[in-house]
Amino acid sequence: MYLGVKMKKMSLLLVSVCLSLICATVSFASGTIRIGALFSVTGPASFLGEPEKKTLELLVKEFNEKGGINGRKLEAVIYDTGGDATKAVQLATKLIKDDKVSVIIGPSTTGESMAVIPVVEKWKIPMISCAAGIKITDPVKHWVFKTPANDHIAAEKILNYMASKKQKSIALLTVTDGFGASGREQIKALAKKKGFAIVADEVYGPKDTDMTAQLTKIRGIKPDVIICWGTNPGPAVITKNVKQLGLKTPLYMSHGVASKKYIELAGADSAEGVMLPAGKLAVYDALPKGDSQYKLLKGYDQTYKKAYGTEASTFGGYAYDAFLLAANAIKKVGSTPEQIRAGIEQTKKMVSISGVFTMSPKDHNGLDLSAFEMVKVVKGDWSLLK
Amino acid sequence: MQFDQILQYTLSGLSTGAIYALIGIGFSIIYNATGIINFAQGEFVMLGGLFTLSCLEFLKLPLWAAIPCAIAASTLVGILFERLAIRPLKQPTPINLVIITIGGSILIRGIAMLVWGKDTHSVPPFSGDTPIAIGGATILPQHLWIFAITLIIIFLNKVYFYHTISGKAMRACSYNRRAAGLVGIDVRRMVLFSFIISSAMGAVAGIIIAPLTMTAYDVGVMLGLKGFCAAIIGGMSSGLSTVIGGLILGVLESLGAGLISSGYKDAIAFIILLLILFIRPQGLFGKSNSERV
Repeated sequence: MYLGVKMKKMSLLLVSVCLSLICATVSFASGTIRIGALFSVTGPASFLGEPEKKTLELLVKEFNEKGGINGRKLEAVIYDTGGDATKAVQLATKLIKDDKVSVIIGPSTTGESMAVIPVVEKWKIPMISCAAGIKITDPVKHWVFKTPANDHIAAEKILNYMASKKQKSIALLTVTDGFGASGREQIKALAKKKGFAIVADEVYGPKDTDMTAQLTKIRGIKPDVIICWGTNPGPAVITKNVKQLGLKTPLYMSHGVASKKYIELAGADSAEGVMLPAGKLAVYDALPKGDSQYKLLKGYDQTYKKAYGTEASTFGGYAYDAFLLAANAIKKVGSTPEQIRAGIEQTKKMVSISGVFTMSPKDHNGLDLSAFEMVKVVKGDWSLLK
Repeated sequence: MQFDQILQYTLSGLSTGAIYALIGIGFSIIYNATGIINFAQGEFVMLGGLFTLSCLEFLKLPLWAAIPCAIAASTLVGILFERLAIRPLKQPTPINLVIITIGGSILIRGIAMLVWGKDTHSVPPFSGDTPIAIGGATILPQHLWIFAITLIIIFLNKVYFYHTISGKAMRACSYNRRAAGLVGIDVRRMVLFSFIISSAMGAVAGIIIAPLTMTAYDVGVMLGLKGFCAAIIGGMSSGLSTVIGGLILGVLESLGAGLISSGYKDAIAFIILLLILFIRPQGLFGKSNSERV
């Protein structure tokens, strides 16, 4: 018995020695630059993580085929967090300690990003989050960046447009998850500042299948506009319900549904006239040809479609931005974590998918109102609002 | 509060409630035949909608042909589920069976995610989507389909359980399995029947709501829970009281969202569930079941 235990211990030791040797050779032998990524490829936020992973794989392949960056090949180490913050923290530590990555792209959600921040700060590795939550980069953290525009930019875009149409009172209808809650807060704060009145503040669950009750209540209040903040399928159900109830109030959606999928789900007929702020990827066809992002957006959409057979999404675009930020920093400054961090912070007018990025020590997101365009659904397609 | 608002809340509530009722009856049929709560019931709702989608898009069938195909396919899954997961069990204690159905539901959902992807899909309505005005309220033609099909199914249920041999046999099983076996009823076959009926009914529910609510691999979870609430309110009967349970639940949810706050919509359903379980575990309309000692 005793001997058996001893043997077991010995063999364990042997295995671990072998393993560490293998690991060591791998990290010494590589002249490659390792990029770590944490995406929620499975789980409830898989609609974010999956296109992000595919985009990153596509980009790394593309860059390596062109000879890498400054002659050095890239290698992406991508882990699936399943949308779980605890797992994200473990995997972040693994990326840093075992895989020895120089930069981390992701995580996909705000909750995971907030959990991983202390880890990257401790080990001094730059992280470029693909989540939208404003608290990730506000207040600014030395090692942390993010690529999606803040929700309040989208909200401000809607309110500015409303002001131009002299619409004053707002009925809010938001989903009870993180995205909806954040949007609700931002709109309320902005509305107060800009002198709009919130006359109804209704919510719905992410899996609800009928929102006529909330809309009937709103109909009784007679607001100038309805602003709905959520991701599919809720907004599509609401769009159908609005049509069913015969509501004529203008309906604004968030950037969360800025994809053809939304029009398809709601039906072109019901969605007619719905307005929303959209990232430029969704509407690149409608952009004026002189737009600085046009070529890049078209290229991304077409390559993605060719590789995976589906349309490129805004979410995949977040990973695109993050990769481009890191790649530019490596090209211009260098490939150690500190050099990459400094390089990202010096980014000026970098044309990418979500917008044109200009970072500074005070702004680790780098996007402004120009990241969104107000669009309207006309005959089942987007058309730009001026 | 205006009258047309109340009318709209009630109508919306009734149409959601009819769906809860259909799913709830599925729960109680299996419960009555086997004594287990089949937590995979919601997944058949999901399968109904998604199979219809596949029949429409990949097999290019017209809607009237796609629906029976989808029901048949979902029923087949129900049969396989009973054969592979429920029947082989050596010790069919209720707790084991319940855990198996939960496991089964996760498995079915997982496979559905791989087959149909994670996206939400839309299914075309049966007969257009021009709203119909009733008083100051509006409903869609699809709502009428839901009411009509629910009524037909309740009627067929009644006929089956009270006027056919196998329906009576199934009721016998629900009162006393051992005694039913002794008088020559094949209890295992009745269990299979109960799975066939309830998976088909779940699929029907999934198909008739898909045009309104759209469908995705994970719609079964919440609808299953609401259906379960309906069945509990109805005292797990496979007849009218579960239907009324579903309707009450739907209307209360809708009125609650409209008159109190939409934030408490789901809470209302589950508070009712808890209250019923605390105060009247035999259901709102049930007599206390002293005969089942």
